[in-house]
Amino acid sequence: MYTQGLDQKGEDAGRTAETAERLAAFQARIDAEEKIEAKDWMPDAYRRTLVRQISQHAHSEIIGMQPEGNWLTRAPSLRRKAILLAKVQDEAGHGLYLYSAAETLGTSRGQMVDDLLSGKAKYSSIFNYPTLTWADIGAIGWLVDGAAIMNQIPLCRCSYGPYARAMVRVCKEESFHQRQGFEIMLSLSRGSEEQKAMAQDALNRWWWPSLMMFGPGDSDSKHSAQSMAWKIKRFTNDELRQKFVDVTVPQAEFLGIRVPDDELEFDAESGHYKFGEIDWQEFFDVLAGNGPCNRQRLQKRQRAHNDGEWVREAARAYAEKQRRKAAA
Amino acid sequence: MSNKEWPLYEVFIRSRAGLSHRHAGSVHAADAQMALDHARDVYTRRNEGVSIWVVRSSEIIASDPAESSAFFEPAADKIYRHPTFYEIPDGVENL
Ligand SMILES: [Fe+2]
Ligand SMILES: [Fe+2]
Repeated sequence: MYTQGLDQKGEDAGRTAETAERLAAFQARIDAEEKIEAKDWMPDAYRRTLVRQISQHAHSEIIGMQPEGNWLTRAPSLRRKAILLAKVQDEAGHGLYLYSAAETLGTSRGQMVDDLLSGKAKYSSIFNYPTLTWADIGAIGWLVDGAAIMNQIPLCRCSYGPYARAMVRVCKEESFHQRQGFEIMLSLSRGSEEQKAMAQDALNRWWWPSLMMFGPGDSDSKHSAQSMAWKIKRFTNDELRQKFVDVTVPQAEFLGIRVPDDELEFDAESGHYKFGEIDWQEFFDVLAGNGPCNRQRLQKRQRAHNDGEWVREAARAYAEKQRRKAAA
Repeated sequence: MSNKEWPLYEVFIRSRAGLSHRHAGSVHAADAQMALDHARDVYTRRNEGVSIWVVRSSEIIASDPAESSAFFEPAADKIYRHPTFYEIPDGVENL
Protein backbone atom coordinates (compact mmCIF):
# COMPACT_ATOMS: atom_id res chain seq x y z
CA MET A 1 0.00 0.00 0.00
CA TYR A 2 1.13 2.16 1.96
CA THR A 3 0.25 5.63 1.00
CA GLN A 4 -0.24 6.92 4.46
CA GLY A 5 0.05 10.60 3.67
CA LEU A 6 3.22 10.59 5.69
CA ASP A 7 4.39 14.12 5.13
CA GLN A 8 1.87 16.44 6.57
CA LYS A 9 3.41 19.77 5.67
CA GLY A 10 1.17 22.17 3.79
CA GLU A 11 1.97 22.86 0.15
CA ASP A 12 1.19 26.14 -1.50
CA ALA A 13 -1.11 24.73 -4.11
CA GLY A 14 0.91 25.45 -7.23
CA ARG A 15 1.17 29.17 -6.83
CA THR A 16 4.24 29.53 -9.04
CA ALA A 17 4.04 30.90 -12.55
CA GLU A 18 0.86 28.99 -13.26
CA THR A 19 -2.02 30.98 -14.57
CA ALA A 20 -5.47 30.64 -13.12
CA GLU A 21 -6.78 29.51 -16.52
CA ARG A 22 -4.34 26.64 -16.75
CA LEU A 23 -5.21 25.49 -13.28
CA ALA A 24 -8.92 25.72 -14.06
CA ALA A 25 -8.48 23.77 -17.30
CA PHE A 26 -6.53 21.11 -15.44
CA GLN A 27 -9.20 20.82 -12.74
CA ALA A 28 -11.86 20.58 -15.45
CA ARG A 29 -10.05 17.59 -16.95
CA ILE A 30 -9.87 15.96 -13.51
CA ASP A 31 -13.55 16.67 -12.86
CA ALA A 32 -14.44 15.07 -16.21
CA GLU A 33 -12.59 11.90 -15.03
CA GLU A 34 -9.95 12.31 -17.73
CA LYS A 35 -6.65 10.66 -16.92
CA ILE A 36 -3.55 12.81 -16.71
CA GLU A 37 -0.57 11.35 -18.55
CA ALA A 38 3.14 11.86 -17.99
CA LYS A 39 3.81 14.54 -20.59
CA ASP A 40 0.61 16.52 -19.94
CA TRP A 41 0.76 19.88 -18.25
CA MET A 42 0.08 19.59 -14.52
CA PRO A 43 0.42 21.93 -11.54
CA ASP A 44 3.74 21.67 -9.72
CA ALA A 45 2.00 20.76 -6.49
CA TYR A 46 0.13 17.88 -8.21
CA ARG A 47 3.44 16.57 -9.53
CA ARG A 48 5.17 16.93 -6.15
CA THR A 49 2.30 15.27 -4.32
CA LEU A 50 2.38 12.32 -6.70
CA VAL A 51 6.16 11.91 -6.62
CA ARG A 52 6.03 11.91 -2.83
CA GLN A 53 3.09 9.53 -2.59
CA ILE A 54 4.21 7.07 -5.28
CA SER A 55 7.82 6.95 -4.11
CA GLN A 56 6.75 6.46 -0.47
CA HIS A 57 4.50 3.70 -1.69
CA ALA A 58 7.41 2.12 -3.61
CA HIS A 59 9.75 2.40 -0.62
CA SER A 60 7.12 0.71 1.55
CA GLU A 61 6.95 -2.27 -0.81
CA ILE A 62 10.74 -2.57 -0.76
CA ILE A 63 11.18 -2.22 3.01
CA GLY A 64 8.08 -4.38 3.45
CA MET A 65 10.02 -7.40 2.19
CA GLN A 66 12.12 -7.43 5.36
CA PRO A 67 9.65 -8.47 8.07
CA GLU A 68 8.45 -11.38 5.94
CA GLY A 69 11.89 -12.18 4.57
CA ASN A 70 12.82 -12.79 8.18
CA TRP A 71 10.83 -16.05 8.10
CA LEU A 72 11.76 -17.37 4.66
CA THR A 73 14.36 -19.81 5.93
CA ARG A 74 12.17 -20.87 8.86
CA ALA A 75 8.85 -21.46 7.14
CA PRO A 76 7.23 -24.57 8.64
CA SER A 77 6.95 -26.49 5.35
CA LEU A 78 8.23 -26.41 1.80
CA ARG A 79 4.77 -25.38 0.63
CA ARG A 80 4.70 -22.41 3.00
CA LYS A 81 8.22 -21.48 2.01
CA ALA A 82 7.49 -21.49 -1.72
CA ILE A 83 4.36 -19.39 -1.15
CA LEU A 84 6.13 -16.88 1.07
CA LEU A 85 8.99 -16.58 -1.40
CA ALA A 86 6.54 -15.83 -4.21
CA LYS A 87 4.77 -13.28 -2.04
CA VAL A 88 7.96 -11.47 -1.11
CA GLN A 89 9.01 -11.45 -4.78
CA ASP A 90 5.67 -9.86 -5.63
CA GLU A 91 6.37 -7.09 -3.14
CA ALA A 92 9.69 -6.42 -4.87
CA GLY A 93 7.74 -6.28 -8.13
CA HIS A 94 5.26 -3.82 -6.62
CA GLY A 95 8.13 -1.58 -5.60
CA LEU A 96 9.48 -1.68 -9.14
CA TYR A 97 6.12 -0.97 -10.82
CA LEU A 98 5.79 2.02 -8.55
CA TYR A 99 9.29 3.42 -9.04
CA SER A 100 8.64 3.08 -12.76
CA ALA A 101 5.40 5.10 -12.41
CA ALA A 102 7.08 7.75 -10.27
CA GLU A 103 9.91 8.16 -12.76
CA THR A 104 7.43 9.27 -15.42
CA LEU A 105 7.04 12.44 -13.36
CA GLY A 106 10.66 13.38 -13.92
CA THR A 107 12.36 12.18 -10.73
CA SER A 108 15.09 9.61 -11.32
CA ARG A 109 15.10 6.19 -9.72
CA GLY A 110 18.55 6.94 -8.33
CA GLN A 111 17.26 10.04 -6.58
CA MET A 112 14.39 8.16 -4.99
CA VAL A 113 16.65 5.33 -3.85
CA ASP A 114 19.13 7.83 -2.40
CA ASP A 115 16.31 9.51 -0.48
CA LEU A 116 15.27 6.19 1.01
CA LEU A 117 18.81 5.19 1.94
CA SER A 118 19.62 8.54 3.51
CA GLY A 119 16.51 8.33 5.67
CA LYS A 120 15.01 11.44 4.04
CA ALA A 121 12.11 9.58 2.44
CA LYS A 122 9.41 7.91 4.48
CA TYR A 123 7.72 4.55 4.17
CA SER A 124 4.73 2.97 5.85
CA SER A 125 4.93 2.77 9.64
CA ILE A 126 3.72 -0.84 9.66
CA PHE A 127 7.04 -2.27 8.49
CA ASN A 128 8.85 -1.04 11.57
CA TYR A 129 7.28 -3.74 13.72
CA PRO A 130 9.08 -7.05 14.27
CA THR A 131 7.91 -10.50 13.12
CA LEU A 132 8.43 -12.52 16.27
CA THR A 133 6.65 -15.78 15.42
CA TRP A 134 5.44 -17.63 12.34
CA ALA A 135 1.91 -16.45 13.16
CA ASP A 136 3.08 -12.92 12.36
CA ILE A 137 3.45 -14.00 8.74
CA GLY A 138 -0.19 -15.01 8.79
CA ALA A 139 -1.22 -11.77 10.47
CA ILE A 140 0.71 -9.68 7.96
CA GLY A 141 -0.87 -11.34 4.93
CA TRP A 142 -4.33 -11.21 6.42
CA LEU A 143 -4.26 -7.74 8.04
CA VAL A 144 -1.47 -5.74 6.42
CA ASP A 145 -2.15 -6.89 2.88
CA GLY A 146 -5.85 -6.65 3.69
CA ALA A 147 -5.46 -3.02 4.69
CA ALA A 148 -3.28 -2.45 1.64
CA ILE A 149 -6.00 -3.80 -0.64
CA MET A 150 -8.55 -1.47 0.94
CA ASN A 151 -6.27 1.45 0.26
CA GLN A 152 -5.08 0.38 -3.17
CA ILE A 153 -8.32 -0.53 -4.91
CA PRO A 154 -9.50 3.11 -5.11
CA LEU A 155 -6.01 4.06 -6.34
CA CYS A 156 -6.69 2.03 -9.49
CA ARG A 157 -8.96 4.96 -10.42
CA CYS A 158 -6.41 7.63 -9.49
CA SER A 159 -6.32 10.57 -11.91
CA TYR A 160 -2.68 9.99 -12.81
CA GLY A 161 -2.62 7.31 -15.53
CA PRO A 162 0.76 5.65 -14.85
CA TYR A 163 -0.01 5.34 -11.11
CA ALA A 164 -3.50 3.99 -11.77
CA ARG A 165 -2.13 1.37 -14.20
CA ALA A 166 0.58 0.30 -11.76
CA MET A 167 -2.08 -0.10 -9.09
CA VAL A 168 -4.20 -2.32 -11.33
CA ARG A 169 -1.21 -4.65 -11.65
CA VAL A 170 -0.56 -4.54 -7.89
CA CYS A 171 -4.19 -5.20 -6.96
CA LYS A 172 -4.34 -8.28 -9.19
CA GLU A 173 -1.57 -9.78 -7.10
CA GLU A 174 -2.69 -8.73 -3.63
CA SER A 175 -5.58 -11.07 -3.11
CA PHE A 176 -3.26 -14.08 -3.16
CA HIS A 177 -1.22 -12.31 -0.46
CA GLN A 178 -4.20 -11.85 1.79
CA ARG A 179 -5.52 -15.36 1.27
CA GLN A 180 -2.22 -17.06 2.03
CA GLY A 181 -2.07 -15.04 5.26
CA PHE A 182 -5.61 -15.96 6.23
CA GLU A 183 -4.84 -19.60 5.48
CA ILE A 184 -1.91 -19.50 7.92
CA MET A 185 -4.15 -17.94 10.58
CA LEU A 186 -6.80 -20.57 9.91
CA SER A 187 -4.37 -23.48 10.29
CA LEU A 188 -3.04 -22.06 13.55
CA SER A 189 -6.43 -21.27 14.98
CA ARG A 190 -7.56 -24.85 14.28
CA GLY A 191 -4.39 -26.29 15.70
CA SER A 192 -3.11 -26.98 19.21
CA GLU A 193 -3.70 -24.63 22.13
CA GLU A 194 -0.20 -23.29 21.65
CA GLN A 195 -0.82 -22.58 17.97
CA LYS A 196 -4.09 -20.86 18.79
CA ALA A 197 -2.29 -18.72 21.33
CA MET A 198 0.28 -17.78 18.70
CA ALA A 199 -2.47 -16.66 16.34
CA GLN A 200 -4.08 -14.61 19.11
CA ASP A 201 -0.78 -13.05 20.09
CA ALA A 202 -0.09 -12.05 16.48
CA LEU A 203 -3.51 -10.42 16.18
CA ASN A 204 -2.92 -8.59 19.46
CA ARG A 205 0.28 -7.08 18.16
CA TRP A 206 -0.73 -6.35 14.56
CA TRP A 207 -4.29 -5.09 14.94
CA TRP A 208 -3.63 -1.52 16.01
CA PRO A 209 -0.62 -0.91 13.75
CA SER A 210 -2.79 -2.17 10.86
CA LEU A 211 -5.45 0.44 11.65
CA MET A 212 -2.71 3.08 11.67
CA MET A 213 -1.80 2.14 8.10
CA PHE A 214 -4.65 4.30 6.85
CA GLY A 215 -2.91 7.38 8.21
CA PRO A 216 -4.07 10.12 10.57
CA GLY A 217 -7.73 10.80 11.20
CA ASP A 218 -9.50 13.06 8.71
CA SER A 219 -9.42 16.05 11.03
CA ASP A 220 -5.60 15.84 11.20
CA SER A 221 -4.94 14.96 7.58
CA LYS A 222 -4.00 18.21 5.87
CA HIS A 223 -3.34 16.72 2.44
CA SER A 224 -6.61 14.91 2.15
CA ALA A 225 -8.85 17.64 0.76
CA GLN A 226 -6.50 18.63 -2.07
CA SER A 227 -5.76 15.00 -2.95
CA MET A 228 -9.49 14.29 -3.06
CA ALA A 229 -10.06 17.31 -5.32
CA TRP A 230 -7.33 16.05 -7.63
CA LYS A 231 -8.83 12.54 -7.49
CA ILE A 232 -5.56 11.07 -6.34
CA LYS A 233 -7.53 9.88 -3.34
CA ARG A 234 -11.12 8.71 -3.59
CA PHE A 235 -11.91 8.02 0.06
CA THR A 236 -10.69 9.62 3.25
CA ASN A 237 -8.40 7.83 5.71
CA ASP A 238 -11.23 7.34 8.20
CA GLU A 239 -13.61 5.99 5.56
CA LEU A 240 -11.09 3.37 4.47
CA ARG A 241 -10.23 2.45 8.05
CA GLN A 242 -13.92 1.93 8.82
CA LYS A 243 -14.34 -0.33 5.78
CA PHE A 244 -11.35 -2.36 6.87
CA VAL A 245 -12.71 -2.84 10.39
CA ASP A 246 -16.13 -3.78 9.02
CA VAL A 247 -14.81 -6.55 6.80
CA THR A 248 -12.09 -7.83 9.11
CA VAL A 249 -13.91 -8.24 12.43
CA PRO A 250 -16.18 -11.03 11.12
CA GLN A 251 -13.10 -12.79 9.75
CA ALA A 252 -11.52 -12.70 13.22
CA GLU A 253 -14.74 -14.12 14.63
CA PHE A 254 -14.58 -16.93 12.10
CA LEU A 255 -11.03 -17.67 13.20
CA GLY A 256 -12.19 -17.69 16.81
CA ILE A 257 -9.67 -15.10 17.94
CA ARG A 258 -10.41 -11.84 19.69
CA VAL A 259 -9.77 -8.37 18.31
CA PRO A 260 -7.86 -6.56 21.08
CA ASP A 261 -10.29 -3.68 21.53
CA ASP A 262 -12.67 -3.51 24.51
CA GLU A 263 -14.72 -0.82 22.84
CA LEU A 264 -15.34 -2.77 19.65
CA GLU A 265 -19.05 -3.30 19.04
CA PHE A 266 -21.40 -3.58 16.12
CA ASP A 267 -23.71 -0.63 15.74
CA ALA A 268 -26.86 -1.98 14.15
CA GLU A 269 -28.14 1.48 13.35
CA SER A 270 -25.22 2.56 11.18
CA GLY A 271 -24.31 -0.97 10.09
CA HIS A 272 -20.70 -0.33 11.12
CA TYR A 273 -18.42 -1.44 13.91
CA LYS A 274 -17.54 1.15 16.51
CA PHE A 275 -13.97 0.86 17.67
CA GLY A 276 -11.68 2.36 20.28
CA GLU A 277 -9.30 5.29 20.03
CA ILE A 278 -6.03 4.73 18.17
CA ASP A 279 -2.82 5.56 20.01
CA TRP A 280 -1.67 8.31 17.67
CA GLN A 281 1.38 9.03 19.77
CA GLU A 282 2.66 5.57 18.89
CA PHE A 283 1.98 6.26 15.21
CA PHE A 284 3.89 9.54 15.21
CA ASP A 285 6.75 8.02 17.19
CA VAL A 286 7.15 5.24 14.64
CA LEU A 287 6.99 7.75 11.78
CA ALA A 288 9.62 9.87 13.47
CA GLY A 289 11.98 6.90 13.36
CA ASN A 290 11.46 5.52 16.85
CA GLY A 291 9.49 2.37 16.18
CA PRO A 292 10.83 -1.02 17.27
CA CYS A 293 12.71 -1.72 14.01
CA ASN A 294 13.23 1.57 12.12
CA ARG A 295 17.02 1.60 12.42
CA GLN A 296 17.37 -2.07 11.63
CA ARG A 297 15.20 -1.77 8.49
CA LEU A 298 17.16 1.12 7.10
CA GLN A 299 20.54 -0.37 7.92
CA LYS A 300 19.62 -3.62 6.24
CA ARG A 301 18.53 -1.79 3.08
CA GLN A 302 21.71 0.30 3.05
CA ARG A 303 23.82 -2.82 3.48
CA ALA A 304 22.01 -4.63 0.66
CA HIS A 305 22.48 -1.61 -1.58
CA ASN A 306 26.18 -1.25 -0.79
CA ASP A 307 26.85 -4.98 -1.06
CA GLY A 308 25.28 -4.92 -4.53
CA GLU A 309 27.41 -2.07 -5.80
CA TRP A 310 30.10 -4.34 -7.29
CA VAL A 311 27.42 -6.26 -9.21
CA ARG A 312 25.99 -3.08 -10.71
CA GLU A 313 29.48 -1.91 -11.55
CA ALA A 314 30.43 -5.23 -13.15
CA ALA A 315 27.26 -5.26 -15.24
CA ARG A 316 28.01 -1.74 -16.48
CA ALA A 317 31.59 -2.71 -17.35
CA TYR A 318 30.42 -5.83 -19.19
CA ALA A 319 27.81 -3.88 -21.16
CA GLU A 320 30.42 -1.31 -22.09
CA LYS A 321 32.84 -4.03 -23.24
CA GLN A 322 30.14 -5.67 -25.39
CA ARG A 323 29.33 -2.30 -26.96
CA ARG A 324 32.98 -1.71 -27.84
CA LYS A 325 33.28 -5.20 -29.30
CA ALA A 326 30.18 -4.70 -31.40
CA ALA A 327 31.47 -1.36 -32.67
CA ALA A 328 34.91 -2.74 -33.59
CA MET B 1 25.79 6.62 -7.17
CA SER B 2 22.75 7.98 -9.03
CA ASN B 3 24.83 9.44 -11.89
CA LYS B 4 25.91 5.92 -12.80
CA GLU B 5 22.35 4.66 -12.96
CA TRP B 6 21.65 1.93 -15.52
CA PRO B 7 19.64 3.25 -18.48
CA LEU B 8 15.86 3.03 -18.56
CA TYR B 9 14.05 0.70 -20.97
CA GLU B 10 10.33 0.74 -21.78
CA VAL B 11 8.71 -2.69 -21.70
CA PHE B 12 6.04 -3.95 -24.12
CA ILE B 13 4.36 -7.31 -23.67
CA ARG B 14 2.31 -9.51 -25.99
CA SER B 15 -0.03 -11.30 -23.63
CA ARG B 16 -0.86 -14.05 -26.13
CA ALA B 17 -0.38 -14.85 -29.79
CA GLY B 18 -2.77 -12.83 -31.92
CA LEU B 19 -2.60 -9.69 -29.78
CA SER B 20 -0.33 -6.66 -30.16
CA HIS B 21 2.44 -5.82 -27.73
CA ARG B 22 1.23 -3.41 -25.11
CA HIS B 23 3.17 -1.02 -22.89
CA ALA B 24 3.60 -2.47 -19.39
CA GLY B 25 6.09 -0.19 -17.66
CA SER B 26 9.83 0.23 -17.54
CA VAL B 27 12.97 -1.32 -16.08
CA HIS B 28 16.55 -0.22 -15.56
CA ALA B 29 19.23 -2.47 -17.01
CA ALA B 30 22.87 -2.34 -18.03
CA ASP B 31 22.12 -3.74 -21.49
CA ALA B 32 19.34 -5.04 -23.71
CA GLN B 33 19.56 -8.69 -22.63
CA MET B 34 19.41 -7.70 -18.97
CA ALA B 35 16.45 -5.45 -19.75
CA LEU B 36 14.62 -8.47 -21.21
CA ASP B 37 15.47 -10.58 -18.16
CA HIS B 38 14.33 -7.87 -15.77
CA ALA B 39 11.15 -7.26 -17.75
CA ARG B 40 10.35 -10.99 -17.56
CA ASP B 41 10.91 -11.07 -13.79
CA VAL B 42 9.03 -7.85 -13.08
CA TYR B 43 6.11 -8.02 -15.49
CA THR B 44 5.43 -11.70 -16.27
CA ARG B 45 5.57 -13.61 -12.98
CA ARG B 46 2.14 -15.11 -13.76
CA ASN B 47 2.50 -15.95 -17.43
CA GLU B 48 1.27 -12.53 -18.51
CA GLY B 49 3.32 -12.69 -21.68
CA VAL B 50 4.49 -14.80 -24.62
CA SER B 51 6.77 -12.12 -26.06
CA ILE B 52 8.53 -9.03 -24.73
CA TRP B 53 9.94 -5.98 -26.48
CA VAL B 54 12.24 -3.57 -24.69
CA VAL B 55 13.44 -0.29 -26.09
CA ARG B 56 15.65 2.40 -24.58
CA SER B 57 13.30 5.09 -23.24
CA SER B 58 15.54 7.76 -24.70
CA GLU B 59 14.90 6.34 -28.21
CA ILE B 60 11.16 6.87 -28.13
CA ILE B 61 9.86 9.79 -30.16
CA ALA B 62 6.50 10.99 -28.91
CA SER B 63 3.97 13.56 -30.07
CA ASP B 64 3.64 16.58 -27.81
CA PRO B 65 0.43 16.64 -25.76
CA ALA B 66 0.52 20.44 -25.68
CA GLU B 67 0.23 20.38 -29.49
CA SER B 68 -2.20 17.52 -29.67
CA SER B 69 -5.28 19.47 -30.74
CA ALA B 70 -3.43 21.02 -33.69
CA PHE B 71 -1.65 17.75 -34.44
CA PHE B 72 -4.81 15.68 -34.64
CA GLU B 73 -7.02 18.46 -35.98
CA PRO B 74 -6.90 17.38 -39.67
CA ALA B 75 -8.94 14.28 -38.84
CA ALA B 76 -11.57 16.11 -36.84
CA ASP B 77 -13.75 17.47 -39.69
CA LYS B 78 -13.72 14.41 -41.95
CA ILE B 79 -16.78 12.72 -40.63
CA TYR B 80 -17.41 11.19 -44.07
CA ARG B 81 -14.66 8.72 -43.21
CA HIS B 82 -17.12 6.98 -40.91
CA PRO B 83 -19.85 4.68 -42.23
CA THR B 84 -22.40 6.37 -39.97
CA PHE B 85 -22.10 9.50 -42.17
CA TYR B 86 -24.10 7.81 -44.94
CA GLU B 87 -27.83 7.44 -44.92
CA ILE B 88 -29.06 4.12 -46.21
CA PRO B 89 -32.76 3.90 -47.09
CA ASP B 90 -34.89 1.29 -45.35
CA GLY B 91 -35.08 -1.91 -47.32
CA VAL B 92 -31.49 -1.88 -48.52
CA GLU B 93 -29.63 -4.75 -46.95
CA ASN B 94 -26.14 -6.16 -46.68
CA LEU B 95 -24.52 -2.74 -46.98
FE1 LIG C 1 2.52 -4.98 -2.25
FE1 LIG D 1 1.12 -7.58 -0.79
